[in-house]
Amino acid sequence: MLQQWVILVISFCYLGILFAIAYYGDKRADAGRSIISNPYIYTLSIAVYCTAWTFYGSVGRSATTGVGFLPIYLGPTLMAALWWFVLRKIIRIAKVHRLTSIADFIASRYAKDPLIGGIVTIIAVVGILPYISLQLKAVSTSFNVLHTFQSPSQIIHHTETIWTDTALYVALVMAVFSLLFGTRHIDASERHEGLVAAVAFESVVKLIAFCVVGIFVCYYLFAGPSELVSDAVKSPELAKLMKMEAVPGGYASWFTLTFLSMMAIMFLPRQFHLLVVENVNEEHVKKASWLFPLYLLLINIFVLPISLAGLILFEGWSVDPDTFVLTVPLYAKQELVALFVFLGGLSAATGMAIVASIALSTMICNDLVMPVLLRLHYFQQRDLSSVLLTIRRGSIFGILLLGYAYFRLIGESYTLVTIGLVSFAAAAQFAPAILIGIYWRRASRRGAIAGLLAGFAVWGYTLLVPSFVISGWIPQSILEPGPFGLAFLGPYHLFGLDMFDHITHSVFWSMLANVGLLVGVSLFDRQNTMERVQAALFVDVFRHRGIDTRLWSGTATVAELKRLVARFIGPVEAEKAFAEYAEHHDLDTGLNAQAEANLVGFTERKLAGAIGAASARVMISSVVQGEEIGIEGLMEILDETSQVIEYSHRLEEKSRELEIATAELRAANRRLTELDRLKDEFVSTVTHELRTPLTSVRSFSEILRDNPSLPREERQQFLDIIVKESERLTRLINQVLDLAKMESGSVTWTRECVELARVIQEASDSISRLFHENSIQLEKILPAEPVYVMADRDRLIQVAINLLSNAVKFCEPGTGLVQVRLSVSPGKARIEVIDNGPGIHPDEQKRIFDKFHQLKGLRDEKPKGSGLGLTISHRIVTHHDGRIWVESAPEAGAKFIIELPLAKSCEDSEGAGHT
Amino acid sequence: MPEVKRRNERLVVLLVLGFIALNYPLLSLFSKVRLFFGIPVLYLYIFTVWSLFILCMALVLEKRAFPSMTSSPPRSGKAE
Repeated sequence: MLQQWVILVISFCYLGILFAIAYYGDKRADAGRSIISNPYIYTLSIAVYCTAWTFYGSVGRSATTGVGFLPIYLGPTLMAALWWFVLRKIIRIAKVHRLTSIADFIASRYAKDPLIGGIVTIIAVVGILPYISLQLKAVSTSFNVLHTFQSPSQIIHHTETIWTDTALYVALVMAVFSLLFGTRHIDASERHEGLVAAVAFESVVKLIAFCVVGIFVCYYLFAGPSELVSDAVKSPELAKLMKMEAVPGGYASWFTLTFLSMMAIMFLPRQFHLLVVENVNEEHVKKASWLFPLYLLLINIFVLPISLAGLILFEGWSVDPDTFVLTVPLYAKQELVALFVFLGGLSAATGMAIVASIALSTMICNDLVMPVLLRLHYFQQRDLSSVLLTIRRGSIFGILLLGYAYFRLIGESYTLVTIGLVSFAAAAQFAPAILIGIYWRRASRRGAIAGLLAGFAVWGYTLLVPSFVISGWIPQSILEPGPFGLAFLGPYHLFGLDMFDHITHSVFWSMLANVGLLVGVSLFDRQNTMERVQAALFVDVFRHRGIDTRLWSGTATVAELKRLVARFIGPVEAEKAFAEYAEHHDLDTGLNAQAEANLVGFTERKLAGAIGAASARVMISSVVQGEEIGIEGLMEILDETSQVIEYSHRLEEKSRELEIATAELRAANRRLTELDRLKDEFVSTVTHELRTPLTSVRSFSEILRDNPSLPREERQQFLDIIVKESERLTRLINQVLDLAKMESGSVTWTRECVELARVIQEASDSISRLFHENSIQLEKILPAEPVYVMADRDRLIQVAINLLSNAVKFCEPGTGLVQVRLSVSPGKARIEVIDNGPGIHPDEQKRIFDKFHQLKGLRDEKPKGSGLGLTISHRIVTHHDGRIWVESAPEAGAKFIIELPLAKSCEDSEGAGHT
Repeated sequence: MPEVKRRNERLVVLLVLGFIALNYPLLSLFSKVRLFFGIPVLYLYIFTVWSLFILCMALVLEKRAFPSMTSSPPRSGKAE
C-alpha cells in the first residue's frame, strides 16, 4: 500500500513540474521565441478534451456498455474533417475582431449585444460547473483508491471532511496555477503560452500513462489482448459487451452522443479557448485535423482490454468500474504503475479544470460583470485596469470552489459519464448560434436570444432538474409522474416522448427549440444596421481583408481614445499600444487631434481584447460623437454586388480599350492595303511608262538594222528619235529613283540661304534653249530686293525647271508666253509661273500632283512628261514647309504658285548661299 | 480557388462517409460476438474505419498541390 504522504509529495512535485513548464513557456514567449508555435503542441493542447472522464470514465462506461464509450471520441474525429474550413473561419473571425471567448464570439456576431454575451456566459457556467466538479471528484476518488485499496474484497468507503479532502487542495493548487498563468495579461486576446505548454505536457503524460497501464494489463496480467478477449468471451455477461446491444439507448443514443461530442469538441468553452483563442497560426489546423483524431484513437485502444481485465479479475466483487485503471495495477501489486496512472489522471483532471476555469473567468469578467460595472455610476470615469484582473482572478477562485461545492453536494450521486454528458448537452446549445451565424447573414439577434434561451431552458428542465431530483433536492414526484401530476410535462418524457434515453431526449427537444427559434425568429425579424454589419463581417470574413475601418464615421480626439484605453489596460500599456499603432500609420498625437476612423477601430479592438466586444462597443460609443457607422463603409460591407459591379466595370473598360485597339488596327490595315495598292499601281504605271519609249527605241533600231539601204535623211531622223526616246527614258528612270528616294526618306537635304531670284535665273538659263526652240517668250518679274529662304538650292532649281518646262509644254509655239513672278508677302516668298496655254480643268487641278497623272499635251496626242515632275515638285516644296498649288480656268492659262517661308537670318550673311 | 474548393468538397464527403460508416445500419452488421484475429469484430470494424478516416484526412490535407492559398498569413495577437 502506498503511503498517503508519498502520493501527496509526488502529486505536488508533479504539479511543481507543471508550474515550471508554464513558467518556461511564458519566459520563452516574452523573449519572442515561442515554444507552442507548432501544430504538434497545438494538437496536444486540444487533447485537453480527454479529461478525467476519458481517463477513468471510459473504462467504467466500457465495463457496462461495451463500445458505448466510443461515440465521445468518434464525434470529434468526424468533426475534425470540418475544421479546415469551419474552425479556420472561426479562428480568422476571432483574430480579426480580437474575440477572447465563446460568449464574446456569439455576442459579437449578433450586434455585439451584451445581453447575448451574458446569456452565453450563464449557460456556460451552469453547464460546465458540474464538469469541473467531475474532475475534482475524479482526483479525490482516485487518491482515495490509491492509498486505501488493498484487495477487491475490502474496499474502504470513507467520507472525508472538507479539511482532509484532497480534492479541495487540488482545487486550490489549480486555482493558483490558473491565476499565475491564465491572467497574466489584461488583454485576454494575448496568448497564454505557458499555460498551453503545460496543458500540452499534461496531454503527453496522460496518453503515456494510459498506454502504460494498457500494455501492462494486456501483456503482464494476460498473455496478449487476444487471450484476454477469449477469456472474456467465455462469460456470457462479458460477451454481451461485444455487441451494439450493450449500448443503452441503442443506435439513437449512439447517434446523439456522436452529435454531442461533435459539437462539444468545438464549442465547450475550454475547447474554444484552446482551438481558437490560443491558436498561433491558422495553418496549424491542417495538421491538428488528423493528428488529434490519431491521439484519440491511441488513448482509446486499451480501454476495452482494461475494462475486460477488471471485470474478469474482480468478478463477484463490488469494485467501481470507474476505478479499474487504478485498481487493476494495484491488484497486481504494481504500485508504481498505479502511481503513474494516478498522475495521468491528475493531468487529465487538472488540465481540463485549469483551462475551463480560465475560459469561464474571462467570460464572467467580460460578458457578465463588465457590462454591469460600466453602467454603474461609480465606475464611470475610474481606472479599471486593476479591477479587471481582480475580477478574473476572483472568478477563477469562485469557479473552482463552486465546482468543489457542487461535487460535495451533488456529485457523489452521479457517475462520471452522466455529468460529462450533461455538460456536453449544454455546450451544444452554442452550436446553432455559431454555425448558423457564420454562414447565414439573416440569423438575427432576437433569433439568437430566443434560440439560446429556449435551448438552455429545455436543457435545464430535462437534464439539470432531474439531477437535483436524484440528489434529493427536489421531490421525486416531478420526475414521476410529472410536475403537478401532469405526465406530459415529465422532464424525462416531455410530451410523451419516451422512446429515447434521457440524453437523446433532452438533446432532441433542446436542439429543436434552439434551432427552430433561431431560424424561425430570424426569418420574420428585421435586422438593424449594426446586426447586418456584424453578420456581413462574420459571414464574409475571408472576403474582407481585415476589418473595415471606415465603419466609424463619428469623431473623437486621439487623447480621448488614449485615455479610454488607459482606463482598462493601464497608461503604460496604452502608451505602448498607441506607439505601436503610430509605427504603422500616420498618427497625429496632438492633444486635440481628431482620431481617424482607423484609429477608432483599432481602439475598439484593443478594448475588445480586454473587456469583450460588447463592452468595448459601449465604451467607444460613449466617447465617439456622431454617426456610429459611415454610410460608405456600410455600403461596402453590405452590398455584396459592389464587387461584382466593380469587376464588370473593369471588364467594360477592358473591352472598350480592346475596341479602340481594334479600330486602330483596322485603320492601319486599311492604310497598308491602300499603300500596297498604290505601290502596285505605281509599279505597273512605271513599267508602262518605261515600255513606251523602249518600244519606240527598239522598233526604230530594228528598222535601221533591217534596212541598211535606208536614205540618209530618214536614217538621221530615226536616230534622232532613238536618242530622244533614250533621253526620255533616262529622265523617267532618274525621276522614279528620285521619288523613291524621297519617299523612303533617304534623300539628304542640305539647308542653306538661297536667294530665289538667282534660283529662277539659273533655272530659266538652263532651259532657255527649250523656250527658244518652241519660240515661246519668257518674262521674268523679279523684285529689286533679294529674297532669301532656307532651302536645298539644287532642289529648288529642280522645281523651277519643272514648272517652266511644264509651262512650255502647254503653250502654243509662237504665241506662247510664260511669266515668272517673284514677290514677298509678310513672312512668305511667293513664286508664280503663269502660262497662256489651254488651262486646266477644275477636276484635274486636284489630281495633277498625283503620281503619273498626265495632262494631254497640245501639240501631240502622246503625253510628253513622265507624270512625276509635279509630284516631285510637290514633295520638295512640302519638305520646305511650303505650299504649291494651281489656279486656272479653262482657256485662260494656268498659274502655278509656290509659297515658301522667308529665312530670318540671312540678310547679314548675304552671299552665303551663292556658292 | 478551385483546388481549395476541391479539398473542402473532399473533406465534406469524408465526413459524410465516416458518419455513415459509424452509425446504424452499417454498424449493426458487425454487432456479433465473433472474434477476428482474436479481436471482437465490432471493435475491429470501428477501429479500422477510424484509422482509415485519419489516413484519408492526412492524405487530403497534407497533399501539396496548393501553391497559393487564398488566405493571408494570420496576424499574430500583437500586430495591428
